Amino acid sequence: MESAPPVKLEIDAVSKSYGDRVVLDGLSLSVAEHEVLCLIGPSGCGKSTLLRCVDLLDPIDSGDIRLDGLSVIGRDVDADAVRRRIGIVFQSFNLFPHMTVLDNVTLGARRAHGIDRATAEATGRDLLERFGLIDKVDEYPNRISGGQNQRAAIARALMSDPEVLLLDEVTSALDPELVGEVLGVIRELAGRGLTMVLATHEMGFAREVADRVCFLDRGQVLEQGAPREVFTTPQHERTQQFLRRVTEAGRL
Amino acid sequence: MRRALGDIDGVRSALIATVSAVVVFGGGALVVVRSPNWPRVRQQFFNGDDFVEAWPQVLDGFWLNLELFAYAMLLIPVVALAVAVMRSLRGPAFWPVRLVAVVYTDVFRGVPLILLILLLGFGVPALDISGLPRSSTFWGIMALTLSYSAYTAEIYRSGIDAVPESQTASARALGLTQWQSLRFAILPQAIRNVVPALMNTVVSLQKDVALISVLGVRDAVREAQIYTTRTFNYTSFVVATLLFLAISIPLTRFVDWFIARDRAVRSQTMVG
Ligand SMILES: Nc1ncnc2c1ncn2[C@@H]1O[C@H](COP(=O)(O)OP(=O)(O)O)[C@@H](O)[C@H]1O
Ligand SMILES: [Mg+2]
Repeated sequence: MESAPPVKLEIDAVSKSYGDRVVLDGLSLSVAEHEVLCLIGPSGCGKSTLLRCVDLLDPIDSGDIRLDGLSVIGRDVDADAVRRRIGIVFQSFNLFPHMTVLDNVTLGARRAHGIDRATAEATGRDLLERFGLIDKVDEYPNRISGGQNQRAAIARALMSDPEVLLLDEVTSALDPELVGEVLGVIRELAGRGLTMVLATHEMGFAREVADRVCFLDRGQVLEQGAPREVFTTPQHERTQQFLRRVTEAGRL
Repeated sequence: MRRALGDIDGVRSALIATVSAVVVFGGGALVVVRSPNWPRVRQQFFNGDDFVEAWPQVLDGFWLNLELFAYAMLLIPVVALAVAVMRSLRGPAFWPVRLVAVVYTDVFRGVPLILLILLLGFGVPALDISGLPRSSTFWGIMALTLSYSAYTAEIYRSGIDAVPESQTASARALGLTQWQSLRFAILPQAIRNVVPALMNTVVSLQKDVALISVLGVRDAVREAQIYTTRTFNYTSFVVATLLFLAISIPLTRFVDWFIARDRAVRSQTMVG
């Protein structure tokens, strides 16, 4: 074993409430460079909220989030710059319906990063080619399948060459036969050593691709470990319950 | 068989439509024409000689209405969009901006347009502030713009609100600033959403430009009044009416056609 890889992302005692509803309750978690971390847990346990907070799309109430050891929370932080270092992909793709796939993918580069159109498009085409979408560059999102939408959304998130990619149940909104193509893309990214945090209901996939699995419960990390440990010998009662329910639903 | 039946049905509906039209309109016309006062009304409102005489004068005024319409059409979309954007900005730093936008829409939607025209058209020139234009026409256009922009801003805002929050999140996640997300991701969708509503506003604006006549500006309505005062004949108002209809009917037909086409295009492409 070599020396432990440096910590990329640190979530330190983060709390977040919506009104009276405490969603994240002093949650701490760190992600090493090149690590693939899977967040599992029942619907409503705060996976999406955590990912949104990490990308600074929702403000946290207390705690700290550090990227490469530096806090990204606070008034003096350029949140837009942080968002460029972190990519996020949502369950519902959220491509911009009035733009072609290529324009969607290159929008951030062209408008936020000041890259000229030709350069941005060359990069965008390369990414789309890699994800098997080169013949869809000029299509509008509503003219292509959900799986193609989601692959394009992943390409869009990768345009800024993020240091961390957050994936929020990116296959949950897809027809079953389209799940595989999106998982294939994620598998490829994992293989390249991209640091990723993914919330997922695909336990089989989590088992295959994750370096570590975290079970979230009541706004905290209840249990974490290598997929083999968490899935075969879960320590906590509630982890066991959750996994049993998932198994019964036929997803493991 | 089906087809033959369909044809017969078609013929029958056409027949029913014709008969009912003849009964309704013919009956209505008959009531009017047979009323004891009809000859006098016809003399005062539908007099051929007066029509010919009033026509050039009223038409002359009507060009002014069209000019006002054109200026207002250029100004309103811009002012309204600016107000709508001001109102959609998030964050404590933009609180004063949002407040200005809210007060603006509340005030200018709350004042009857005719009062606003009177207040600005007579009031501002009377203040005699150097540097401010003194032309009633100018202030009439301002009144129309301010009032219509308040309504139109609300239309834009409903369009902005109809764009899902997740679109903003996606745009911000790309590193776009709040303004860039609005400009490139949200507004194009929002405007697309409200084009039909905006088009209907254009139709009503086209008629409301006639209100400027209360300032004594010599538009079609004012010219018609002048003719009436001189001749005690009201045919000039019919001339003005026909002129407005000549614009508003084609405009309404166009808007209806456009909205129907827009709906058809959307139902084809907007389904995920
Ligand atoms: N914008 C919001 N406003 C109010 N409550 C919210 C909001 N977003 C999420 N929640 C609540 O926070 C809890 C966690 O939601 P979420 O993070 O989406 O869970 P998960 O992704 O694990 O299913 C849920 O109870 C949800 O109702
Ligand atoms: Mg979720």
